[in-house]
Amino acid sequence: MHNFLFGIYPYIALAVLVLGSIARYERDPFTWKSSSSQLLRRRQLILGSVLFHVGVIVIFFGHLIGLLTPIWVFDAVGISHGAKQTLAVVAGGIAGVMALAGGILLFHRRWTDPRIRTTSSFADIGILGLLIAQLVLGLLTIFVSLQHLDGHEMTKFMSWAQGIWTFDSAAASYIADVNILFKLHLFLGLTIFLLFPFTRLVHMLSVPLRYLYRPGYQIVRSRRRVALPERTGAVPHRAPERRGAPVAGTQPRPAE
Amino acid sequence: MSHLLDRLNFLKPKELERFSDGWGQVTREDRDWEETYRNRWRHDKIVRSTHGVNCTGSCSWKIYVKSGIVTWETQQTDYPRTRADLPNHEPRGCQRGASYSWYLYSANRVKHPLVRGRLMRMWRELRRTKSPVQAWAAIQKDPVLRAEYTRIRGKGGFVRASWDEATEIVAAANAWTAKTYGPDRVFGFSPIPAMSMVSYAAGSRYLSLLGGTCLSFYDWYCDLPPSSPQTWGEQTDVPESADWYNAGFLLIWGSNVPQTRTPDAHFYTEARYRGTKSAVICPDYSEASKFGDIWLNPKQGTDSALAMAMGHVILREFHLDRQAPYFEDYARKYTDMPMLVRLDEKDGRLVPGRMLRADDFDGKLGQTNNPDWKTVAFDDGTGGIVVPNGSVGFRWGEEGRWNLEERAGDKETRLRLSLILEEDHDEVVGVDFPYFGGAAHQHFVKCGHPDVLTRNIPARRVKLADGEALVVTVFDLFCANYGLDRGLGGAWIAKSYDEDLPYTPAWAEKITGVPADKTITVAREFALNAEKTHGKSMVILGAGLNHWYHMDMNYRGIINLLVMCGCVGQSGGGWSHYVGQEKLRPQTGWLPLAFALDWNRPPRQMNGTSAFYAHTDQWRYETLNVREILSPTAPEGDWDAALIDYNIRAERMGWLPSAPQLKTNPLEVAKAARAAGKDPKEYVVEGLKSGTLQMSCEDPDAPENWPRNLFVWRSNLLGSSGKGHEYFIKHLLGTDNGVMGKDLGAEGREKPKEAVWHDTAPEGKLDLLVCIDFRMSTTAVYADVVLPTASWYEKNDLNTSDMHPFIHPLQAAVDPAYESKSDWEIFKAIARKFSEVAPEILGVETDIVQAPILHDTPGELAQPHVRDWKKGECDLIPGKTAPNYVAVERDYPALYDRFVSVGPLLDTLGNGGKGIGWNTEAEIHELAKLNGVWADGPAKGRPKIVTDIDATEVILMLAPETNGEVAVKAWQALEKPTGRHHAHLAEGQEHNKIRFRDIAAQPRKIISSPTWSGIESEEVCYNAGYTNVHELIPWRTVTGRQQLYQDHLWMRAFGEALCQYRPPVDLKTITAEVNPETDRPHVVLNFITPHQKWGIHSTYSDNLHMLTLNRGGPVVWISEVDAKKAGIEDNDWIEAFNVNGALTARAVVSQRVKEGMTLMYHAQEKIVNTPGSEKTGIRGGIHNSVTRAVPKPTHMIGGYAQLAYGFNYYGTVGSNRDEFVIVRKMNKVDWLDRPATQEAAE
Repeated sequence: MHNFLFGIYPYIALAVLVLGSIARYERDPFTWKSSSSQLLRRRQLILGSVLFHVGVIVIFFGHLIGLLTPIWVFDAVGISHGAKQTLAVVAGGIAGVMALAGGILLFHRRWTDPRIRTTSSFADIGILGLLIAQLVLGLLTIFVSLQHLDGHEMTKFMSWAQGIWTFDSAAASYIADVNILFKLHLFLGLTIFLLFPFTRLVHMLSVPLRYLYRPGYQIVRSRRRVALPERTGAVPHRAPERRGAPVAGTQPRPAE
Repeated sequence: MSHLLDRLNFLKPKELERFSDGWGQVTREDRDWEETYRNRWRHDKIVRSTHGVNCTGSCSWKIYVKSGIVTWETQQTDYPRTRADLPNHEPRGCQRGASYSWYLYSANRVKHPLVRGRLMRMWRELRRTKSPVQAWAAIQKDPVLRAEYTRIRGKGGFVRASWDEATEIVAAANAWTAKTYGPDRVFGFSPIPAMSMVSYAAGSRYLSLLGGTCLSFYDWYCDLPPSSPQTWGEQTDVPESADWYNAGFLLIWGSNVPQTRTPDAHFYTEARYRGTKSAVICPDYSEASKFGDIWLNPKQGTDSALAMAMGHVILREFHLDRQAPYFEDYARKYTDMPMLVRLDEKDGRLVPGRMLRADDFDGKLGQTNNPDWKTVAFDDGTGGIVVPNGSVGFRWGEEGRWNLEERAGDKETRLRLSLILEEDHDEVVGVDFPYFGGAAHQHFVKCGHPDVLTRNIPARRVKLADGEALVVTVFDLFCANYGLDRGLGGAWIAKSYDEDLPYTPAWAEKITGVPADKTITVAREFALNAEKTHGKSMVILGAGLNHWYHMDMNYRGIINLLVMCGCVGQSGGGWSHYVGQEKLRPQTGWLPLAFALDWNRPPRQMNGTSAFYAHTDQWRYETLNVREILSPTAPEGDWDAALIDYNIRAERMGWLPSAPQLKTNPLEVAKAARAAGKDPKEYVVEGLKSGTLQMSCEDPDAPENWPRNLFVWRSNLLGSSGKGHEYFIKHLLGTDNGVMGKDLGAEGREKPKEAVWHDTAPEGKLDLLVCIDFRMSTTAVYADVVLPTASWYEKNDLNTSDMHPFIHPLQAAVDPAYESKSDWEIFKAIARKFSEVAPEILGVETDIVQAPILHDTPGELAQPHVRDWKKGECDLIPGKTAPNYVAVERDYPALYDRFVSVGPLLDTLGNGGKGIGWNTEAEIHELAKLNGVWADGPAKGRPKIVTDIDATEVILMLAPETNGEVAVKAWQALEKPTGRHHAHLAEGQEHNKIRFRDIAAQPRKIISSPTWSGIESEEVCYNAGYTNVHELIPWRTVTGRQQLYQDHLWMRAFGEALCQYRPPVDLKTITAEVNPETDRPHVVLNFITPHQKWGIHSTYSDNLHMLTLNRGGPVVWISEVDAKKAGIEDNDWIEAFNVNGALTARAVVSQRVKEGMTLMYHAQEKIVNTPGSEKTGIRGGIHNSVTRAVPKPTHMIGGYAQLAYGFNYYGTVGSNRDEFVIVRKMNKVDWLDRPATQEAAE
């Protein structure tokens, strides 16, 4: 059973995550959205949302880096397991509390505000509930971690996570003896991966980072396959006179 | 291509180039997602249809169908052009119409036939052993069984039925009722046929073949303006909306054009751009008010005072101080103003009497044909008395002189308007005029003038057959009535506008609250424009004026203005009454189909108001005493009777129709006559005289005289138009109701003299209420059988309006949804079933049909004097002093075969309308070729009318408006009485024949026809009275001219010979008993029910769009002042009630509303978001829960030229705006959401 949950289930969850997301993106592109309820009511949203998102982003990247960076990298850089463990507990603890506070605010809003409640789907409420449960479990593991600050336990998880990615058939065995809280936390995390494509979580994949660096304020989508020929010097770059209609062919035709 | 791969393909640069110095970027990103939006608006087909509601907008729409589902609709833009310098008809449509497709698939749609559960159970039980007719008989004969389902009406409990079973119940009930009580006990009510002609005709054709009674609606809705038949002999004829554009001055009075005439409102805007001046008169700040250059807001219900004051100004400035030549000429040629009126003596005083007729003279002025119907005037040239052409006496019995040429016979003549000149009159006499301003009740301004005003008039002594008499012209009476000083001395005349005398502007200011100077300005500019443009001043007027008890005074006050200024019959001018008006343009083609005139004549038609007044027992609660409305100048007579008594007299004298007609089953009467070896007519006359036969009207509560079956289709009688809603529910239906008052018996008040009084009023008169609707309306909720009908995008039909000159179709864009069928197919199914079940008890029968004296027939000259045969004042002569009685053969087993074929009477008797007839054999042959003929059966060889499209072709083929050949025949028929050439109006259109497929392709403009008084041409817009003025065709009145003086005895008795200001009547519905809690904050307000903004006319407002845009349920509007008085805040739940009943709604507190009144939009039903009433304990109530119909005796007049009955033409009207209600905040809002008791749950 343990082998199934931590040796096989991760592959199922990740496969569903990847294939499910692709399928949804292809088949139902109009459902690919964050389903923000800001339009319906701003109350509680801003505080809750900022706390939650900042906390969750820190936790996410903390887990990502902490679990998937090979152990030898830490060793090479000279970060001791104990120091890493402490860092994880402190940073994760603060971010976790932030995210939990935000999550509870958001959950309260979603559950009690009649407009939000009526427009919420089962999945909207369910996934928020699961995330809060996961945060609670995560924070509870801190108390376990505090008992072995040497970081030995943590390396078990790193080995497991990296084992999963490297198709190590013994991956599950690395965490066979960890505290039940960790197991629950891991199981729930995998389940959230599994549910990911079916919920609003997909909006993670569409963070509009491009907005930060794209050049144009005005984007024109064209069906043209090739760029217009470069303007030659015969046509002035900017018409000296603004009077009258532009001469045909002299103006760029951005869209067709 | 995959969205994801496309997205992730970074190998090919997405950017093509940049522009605007790099701020813009052209990319070649995937654009497939746009296809989604393109698909959103893709569709499989577009079908032309319209919304066949009682909204007369008549807009053609494109209905979009996708995968067999109607998805949305948009306005058609292909109306035929108007002409140069005139805007086109587009845009035409409104938001309410555009929301219809939502309803097609709504949860409130009736999906399959429904039958009241208890009725269904007993029916199925009885049908196991009995035939359908016997089963129905068994239910009706057992009072316990009958009450079982009748007393739970309106409480749910429907079960699904098959079409076969539902139509069997209906057919069996009809057959049994015809056999037991008489076919005239089967009633049918459906309104406004112009909006879906075939649907209306389906039911009325079935009823007419059966011998059932079709109830009129235009009068019942109180949209019929009785002033129109009174003045013009015309039901209603008005300019098309495009003609507003030609007006120089537009006066909008009591009409809310942008809100209730939305598709036409653009012409108003365009007229404003053209430079038309506009004044808006409306008590509330309506949407129309903002269009006005000036807005006058008189106190509601006092409009006639304002109109009289305007008339005072116009007469003074344009007829007396200076007579505008155009106005003078018009008055002489086209009005009764030059005609002579005899002065009668009453108690030593003089009152205006009858119009002088040729018959009054020795030798009858040489007239042998109808001398009693030929009015006379002074000829200006010779100074002698002449009999000018055109009076109604010339219309019947002779040819060639019924025209408005300035001739008297062969001699040219010029009529004298006034006897004011010294040499023209013999003396100046004081004549009594009634004044009603003092009769105002506490909520209106009462002024201190006496009730009789004596004014001086120039008169001439004339020697008549019965001695010397004083005569005056109508014009002189008319001026005196307006209280104008003409230098003749005497009292009650004003030299200046500031004197407080009826009818000066200063006097009107006291009554209406409109400043005198504004009244003067509007009147002066109105007339000045008319003088300069020769009549291009127009008044658009509406329900705000016409729904009052004394609506004729409001209207005649305005008509007087128009006539004084020569506006009627001139393009850009005239009287534009847009209230529930309809123009069934191909009327003469439709009538034979609708009333089965191809098989039997006459049909049974009944005026709705009188029928509902009697059969819902509203007369038992009558609070208006005739003494309150009788004129102090009334001639001697037996005037002291109840309103129901007046109606009985009118029916007895053949003025109004009756339903039922005789207390004895007419089928039995015919049998008895045959057994006695007598002619049926003679048999009835003898029976009525001896008393062995009685007219049903004399005892409406006797079980033999109850209406037994009622069909309601295309109508929401109980949720919308049923004035006295709670009385309907109590007496007609017999279920839980909110009537709070007691009847005259219980109150110990004076009872009617002639109507038989039963101490216990019957409750539940109807055996069967059948509602045919596409939605579960309030009427459907109360019905016993509900049949689902096809809606406006699911059937083929025809649609016309008087707002535009086009005819266009309704078409089935999709098949009828669920199990619904078109009205045509439903009545066909009932007819087929009837022919199956009826032969058990009915064969070929003789039916005695009672017909009133009809307008536009030679019979309209029946009664120059009022004589009641029952009182021994004359002999009973059918069709002359009493209704006519005609034996009609009914072939009941062949009813279905007759329904689906064109009968032979059109071949033999021809077709026609409005007093002219023509041979129509050629059209019947054409129809036989077009629709095919029956190969055998009872209708062998007759043209088929199988489908609804067949039915439309019958209409289109027979009507002059859609068949040029018939138009020419019709105009030629009119040439006989007028002696003038008219056919030129249609010649050239002779080969223009409009078919259904033509109008499916594009709306078609109709062809000019003598049915209507306007023409279709390249020169003018359609405008009412145009052919009267320009073709010199007389109006169909006593004088043949616009009749401003109503000389009928009853008109004089009720003080309405000339127009007067009459304040609203006191209906006494706010009693101490109805509001014992006087300490609870409340206000008493005048209850006004205009048309709503967010509803498809009066059909429904319960779709999501409209509920969302309004407040999602019933609302009443009240002023801020009144709200404060009663402690009401906006959106509070309030209750409005009086003795008639109670209603609940939310309050809309608004500055729009004038203090003292409350507006409740018409037709907000109790099926959406309506809580229970604290007062009655039952759910809500509708706007008509607090009203009660009150008929007016002058509307009952008949047998007198233009004052003769016609279906929807003349008759009592259901006014409702004189009502007051108590408005208070509700303490507790009870939704009555408790589980039903066991009894009700069944």
